[in-house]
Amino acid sequence: MLPEVLLATVPLEHVLILGAILFAIGLYLALSKRNAIGVLMGIELMLNAVNVTLLAFSRYVVSPRPLDGQVFAIFVITVAAGEAAVALALAVAIYRHRETVNIDEIDVLRW
Amino acid sequence: MITDTGIVIAFYVIGASTVVSALMVAAVRNLIHAVLFLVITFTGVAGIYIVLSADFVAMAQVLIYAGAISVLLVFAVMLTPTGDRRNAETSFQAPALVLAGLLLAVVVFVIYDTDWRIASRGQFTTTASSLGRAFFSPYVVPFEVASVLLVAAMVGAIILTQDEDEEAGHAA
Repeated sequence: MLPEVLLATVPLEHVLILGAILFAIGLYLALSKRNAIGVLMGIELMLNAVNVTLLAFSRYVVSPRPLDGQVFAIFVITVAAGEAAVALALAVAIYRHRETVNIDEIDVLRW
Repeated sequence: MITDTGIVIAFYVIGASTVVSALMVAAVRNLIHAVLFLVITFTGVAGIYIVLSADFVAMAQVLIYAGAISVLLVFAVMLTPTGDRRNAETSFQAPALVLAGLLLAVVVFVIYDTDWRIASRGQFTTTASSLGRAFFSPYVVPFEVASVLLVAAMVGAIILTQDEDEEAGHAA
């Protein structure tokens, strides 16, 4: 048996903070990047951060069915795959018409 | 609680490298390098899933994110050959930084302010068979809706990227 000092633990708060940091970085990427593909990378990072949080709750918190958090995470991964496919197709389609994927140059709706 | 010393060390090492590579995605000046750092981030997140004893989700993460989505991202960069590769920021950089920092501060405050009801159970053993049972009894309707969504996304992606000249050629 290890002495008490060496019995390290990962508290739930630290996992949640990891998720929050990843979400904040993803939000920054999605709001600030010029290239539409960079914006997409930020969105994917945010979805990953949400999954970390879901799995942390599934692992730690009292629940009658603790595995439901993992089911939710798989649904999030599924939707993220569909979203990535459609959004990248949109980026390629916009590039065909306008020769750019920079979101600040795609401003036909500006009044 | 997670108490195994090796797993605790693994969590902090993987967590730190995941955050660093996510920051590199924002910092590097080449779009392809950003995609490569994003792959490292996805793989690190898969490691975090394993620490949280979600083996099936970790496998799905490696297959779908580190495999498929990163390949899609590289393809999208390659299919926009004269596009901007500088991974630059718009004029919204400073407000975005402020907003992300504020959000992080609020979330960290809420995390420490909330009284989480921590369960005393140990880690899950294998999750794949119980996940399969969950998908086919309580979650069967969302499961089928997800397959419809994937078909719609696939058809939409094909139609969006279809070449217009090629389309006309088929009609003629």
